[in-house]
Amino acid sequence: MRNNNSQAVHLKKQILIKIIEAFFSDNYEKNTRLIPYQMRPKGSDVPYRCCIYKERAILKDRAIAELGFSIEEHDETVLLSEYAKKALEREKPEKNPLTVLDAACKGCVPSRIYVTDLCQGCVARPCQNVCKFGAISIVNGKSVIDGSKCKNCKQCMQVCPYNAIVKITVPCEDACPVGAIAKGENGRAKIDFDACISCGKCVSACPFGAVHEKSQLIDILKHMKNGEKVIALIAPSIVGQFPGNIYQLKSAIKKIGFYDVYEVAQGADVTTKKEACEFQERMEKNESFMTTSCCAGYNQLIKKHLNDIKPFVSNTLTPMAYIGQIVKQKEPNAKLVFISPCVAKRVEVAEDPNVDYLMNFEELGALFVACKIEILNCEEERFAFESSKQGRGFGVTTGVASAVRDASKNNDSINLTCINGLNRDTIKQLKKWAKDGKCNEGNLVEVMCCEGGCVGGNATINSVKIASKAINEFKTKSIDINDIEICQESN
Amino acid sequence: MEKIQVEICLGTTCFVMGSSHLQELIEIIPKRYNDKVEVSGKPCLGLCSQDCEYSQAPYVKVNDDVVSQATVEKVLKVIEGKIRNNEK
Ligand code: SF4
Ligand code: SF4
Ligand code: FES
Repeated sequence: MRNNNSQAVHLKKQILIKIIEAFFSDNYEKNTRLIPYQMRPKGSDVPYRCCIYKERAILKDRAIAELGFSIEEHDETVLLSEYAKKALEREKPEKNPLTVLDAACKGCVPSRIYVTDLCQGCVARPCQNVCKFGAISIVNGKSVIDGSKCKNCKQCMQVCPYNAIVKITVPCEDACPVGAIAKGENGRAKIDFDACISCGKCVSACPFGAVHEKSQLIDILKHMKNGEKVIALIAPSIVGQFPGNIYQLKSAIKKIGFYDVYEVAQGADVTTKKEACEFQERMEKNESFMTTSCCAGYNQLIKKHLNDIKPFVSNTLTPMAYIGQIVKQKEPNAKLVFISPCVAKRVEVAEDPNVDYLMNFEELGALFVACKIEILNCEEERFAFESSKQGRGFGVTTGVASAVRDASKNNDSINLTCINGLNRDTIKQLKKWAKDGKCNEGNLVEVMCCEGGCVGGNATINSVKIASKAINEFKTKSIDINDIEICQESN
Repeated sequence: MEKIQVEICLGTTCFVMGSSHLQELIEIIPKRYNDKVEVSGKPCLGLCSQDCEYSQAPYVKVNDDVVSQATVEKVLKVIEGKIRNNEK
């Protein structure tokens, strides 16, 4: 289950804040090295693990990920200060956006079938009889499963009259919609990046907080420190993630050191208008359905697992791509940073010609805390371009499809249907539509990887419910898409 | 009887560290306790600015008691305790 308010998330944020504080201090490398010792000083309580050394080791691993490196390649003899230095020196962020902390992950048992204390050692022994692999023996009057023989067929589970046998699942394996993460022999989960669609579901699901995004914070802060122009592009789902309104948020972001702030909703307006035209054209050609194309997780799913649906996917670019074009044209020397609710966009940013970096909501929040910026006390500052209510609604499920419908001239012929979150079942559904070449549920299909839409992204701060409400309120104060001119005719 | 006052800190630090989720209480509390308890969202309570105190955020005040690393469940428990005390 998704949980963006757990102890593990709290810890991640604390370390992010500490890294930023270290960055702005007079001795960045040394202060970074000291983070685990500061957080777990000599003699302090050991809240989670067996001993203080283990706790510190895991905190160090988290810090390495937040400095932007993979733990998988980590050499234990290298000090955190060395990583801090390397982060500052690197020209480009590393490739794969996620990393698994092995020390943190080892606490979680591999998936298996397990006989609990509820076993009564009954006389009938249906479990032993039903097992075709001879994996069950009786020890001290109770059933025990031999893991080397068990084939996970679950027959014994079904026949036990006391429901004493359970399947222990691995949360990340269970959450991954494409089977890209698995706990290996060595007891630690490994991500297969050829299959991974960067949906971030494993990040949210792991109760140990063992799956981390590799942060680009240091890279971004470095450009700011060098006095370069760094511009923030804020995703529509940012509304409701911080205190105050979006205009206060704009000036708060500038206080951190950003040169300017643009709403990605402005790009969403371009996406909406173009997608509405594209939809009309496709329907005139008698195509049976079209899916949206703005979700980064979905786009990776198409590329890696669902090629057959490609002909039905809109060719319109994402809001981030359009706003990137617009801003880069105006400010060719600036570094553009997409402020994101999820990890999936990291892959899109890496491939985008205009957008340079990604900072997620947690990281932005940590920056506010470290820089002691009180958003509620910040001045309101308007945007040069105020986006439409439709564009501002992109971050909530049904928002994209209804925007396209609202912008279409001939909207009676549009029949919306939404995939609200990718999982094994909805992926099957998509596969079926692709194979059949038709979708009886509707002709305009919105696909969002996260449940609830972008407000359900792995790096969000608020709950889906409260955040969606905030977005809907903000929408009522915004203008209609049909009342604005999209001046930028980018391609 | 005096009403129990619940103040949820919605300052930046607390919000980022989890009080965003505590906004749920603004709906739950009046439904559950009617006029026995009054709940409101507040700007920074000033508790986060001391040395590293963000590690204990988010903060909620129930009358004069500070609840640190507050969760919906924790706050409700403190409220229940106070109600029981008041009834004694
Ligand atoms: S859920 Fe997955 S990543 Fe998390 S501890 Fe278990 S195996 Fe490791
Ligand atoms: S990010 Fe998504 S696709 Fe990749 S391993 Fe995690 S759950 Fe699977
Ligand atoms: S933000 Fe809550 S005490 Fe300062």
